[in-house]
Amino acid sequence: MERILFGDNQFFAVNHISDEKSRAQSIKFREDSAIIKTLDEARSVGINTFMCTTHDRIAKICEIIRKSPEKYKDYKIYPCMPYAHKYANAVTELGIAGTVKQYVPGNLVGTMFKGGMAYLSKDFLSIMELLIDAEMKMFKGVNTPVIFLQNVITDLLLGLRAEEILVGFHSYIKKKYNAEAGFITMNLPKLLGVLKKNGIENPIICASINKAGFRMSGGKEIYENVLKTSKCRVIAMQVLGGGAIHPKEAIEYVCNLPNIESILFGASSKANIENTVETIHHFDALK
Amino acid sequence: MGISHLSILGAHPAVEVVGVCDTSKMVNDFLTKYGKFNCFTDYQKMVDEVAMDAVIVAVPTKFHYGIIKHLLERGISVFAEKPFCLNTAQGEELVTLAANQNVINQVGYHNKFIGTFIEVKKIIKSGALGDIFHFVGESYGPVVIKAKQDTWRSDPSEGGGCLLDYASHVIDLINDLLAPVNGVDGVILQSIYSKNVEDAVYSLLRLSNNVKGILSVNWSDETYRKMSTTVTVVGTKGKIISDANELKVFLKDGGIDGYNKGWNVRYITDLTKQVDFYLRGEEYSAQMDYFIKAVERQVPNTINTFQSALYTDRAIEIIKKSSV
Repeated sequence: MERILFGDNQFFAVNHISDEKSRAQSIKFREDSAIIKTLDEARSVGINTFMCTTHDRIAKICEIIRKSPEKYKDYKIYPCMPYAHKYANAVTELGIAGTVKQYVPGNLVGTMFKGGMAYLSKDFLSIMELLIDAEMKMFKGVNTPVIFLQNVITDLLLGLRAEEILVGFHSYIKKKYNAEAGFITMNLPKLLGVLKKNGIENPIICASINKAGFRMSGGKEIYENVLKTSKCRVIAMQVLGGGAIHPKEAIEYVCNLPNIESILFGASSKANIENTVETIHHFDALK
Repeated sequence: MGISHLSILGAHPAVEVVGVCDTSKMVNDFLTKYGKFNCFTDYQKMVDEVAMDAVIVAVPTKFHYGIIKHLLERGISVFAEKPFCLNTAQGEELVTLAANQNVINQVGYHNKFIGTFIEVKKIIKSGALGDIFHFVGESYGPVVIKAKQDTWRSDPSEGGGCLLDYASHVIDLINDLLAPVNGVDGVILQSIYSKNVEDAVYSLLRLSNNVKGILSVNWSDETYRKMSTTVTVVGTKGKIISDANELKVFLKDGGIDGYNKGWNVRYITDLTKQVDFYLRGEEYSAQMDYFIKAVERQVPNTINTFQSALYTDRAIEIIKKSSV
C-alpha cells in the first residue's frame, strides 16, 4: 500500500464536526467533474490511491476512469463496502429478508439459481458473496488491490460474534478478486484479536488513530500498545480527529507511531491536499 | 434497531446475553449459527425458560406496554426503545409498576448521551445565559423521501409517523434541557409523501416554566444525509446553538469556566467520552453502559427514566390533541 491514501468523505458531505461544512461540500461536489478535478489534484502530488465507499456516484467516477486508461494506468481504487445508508434505508423499508431479495442480483440465471439456493439453505456466506459481487460490479476494469468491509458492518459482526462472516469476507475477496481484504473498524484491538484467533495473519486494518484519542475505543494507550506489539498493516484515518487537533501536531503524532503503513485523509481544496502531503513527508523524513 | 443493541451487548464484558427473541426466522438462524445465541420467537417462553437480570425491548412501540408490563411484574429491569408508550395511561401504569418493583428502567433517548447536548445542559444550569425566554428545537433527515410501501412506521396506531418516531427525540431533549412541555399554541402536522401519517411537525410549544419556543421537525428532508438535531436556546445574557457535532455559544459577560465573552465554539471531538466498544455513535454504547451500571447499582437510575419518557409521551399527546 502507498503511504498516503485519498479518502472520499468530503465528496459525500460527511463531516464529523460541522453540518454547515458538510452542506458546503455537497454544493461544491454536486458535479462528478468536481470530484475528478480534486482526485487529479491529489494525483498531481503523488496520491495514486483513492479509498471510497460503494456510493452510486462512485460508479460514474469509475466510468470516467475507464474511459482514460492511459491517464489512470497507475491509479488504484480501494472500494469500501457496503455503502451502509443504502442498506439501512432498505432495511427500514423492506425488512432484512426484503433487502436481501432486493440486492441479491437476479438478472442472470446463474446468480438467480445461486441466490435461490442460498436463501433456501440459509447459507449466509453465499448471500454475502452475492452482495459483494453486486457491490463490485461498478469497479469492473479498475485496479482494486485492496477491498474493505465498512466499519458499520465489521463492528456489527464483531459484536454479534459472527467471526465466520469476517473470515468468509477475507477469503472470498482473495479467491474471487485476487485482492487483499481489509477491515475498517472503530474497535481495532478487539478486531485484531478476533482475526488472529481465526488464523488471519498480518491483516490490513483501517481505524481512527489520532492524538486526541477520538473514536479509539478502549483508549489511546491500548491502541498504541497494540501497534507496538502486533503484526498488522494499519491505515490511520481521522488523523486530524475531525479537525479538533492542529494539523502539524496531528500528523507528527501519527507519523511517529509504529506499524502505520498508510495514512488516509480527504480534503476539498488543492492547498489543503498539498499541505497535508507536505507535512506527512516532512515528519516521515525526520524518522 | 434490535440488532445493533445486541451487537453492543455482545461486545460488553459485563454482560452475558442469555436469550434473544425475534419474530424473524432468518434473523434467528443467523444469530444461532454464527453468534451461538440462544434464540426464541416467543418472548413469554424466553422469560419463562431463562434467568435474566435485564431485558432490552427494541420492538415497534405498540408492543411496548404489554411486553414491559410482563417483564416488570417479574422484577426484571427494562431498557426500552423510544417512544415509551402509545398513550400516557399506559405509561403512567408502567412508571408506577417499575417504582413498586424497584427495578431499573430506561428509555433509548440517546441524545442525552451526546457530549455537546450534555455540555448545553451544563451551560444552561450555570445560569450563564441569564433568563431564558425562547428556544428552537429542530430535527431534519431523509427517512421518507418518496411515496412508498407501508411499514409499521407509516401506521399511527403502531407508533409510526414523524411525531412519534422522530420529533419525540427533540421534544425529549427540550424537556430535559429546559422544562417539560405542558401546552401548545398551534400545531401543523404535515403529510408530504406518507398517506396515513405526518412527515413533518411544526408547533409553538409552552413549557412548565412558561418559556415558549418553536418545534420544527421534518423527516422528509433529503438535504440532510442523516438525522440532524439542533437546539437553539436564547436568554437575556447569551445564546446557544448546538447540534450533535458542534456547540456554539455567545455570552454577553462570559461567566462560566472555559468560556469567554462573545462567541465560543466547542466540538464533539473534545466533548465526547471514550467508549469501550463503538458502533454507529458513542451515545449508543454510552446509554447501554449506563443502563448496565445502573442494573449493577453502580450509578443512579436518573437519566432517561420511564418517568422522563412519560413527559415526552405527554407532550406528544398534547400536540396530537391540539392538531385535531
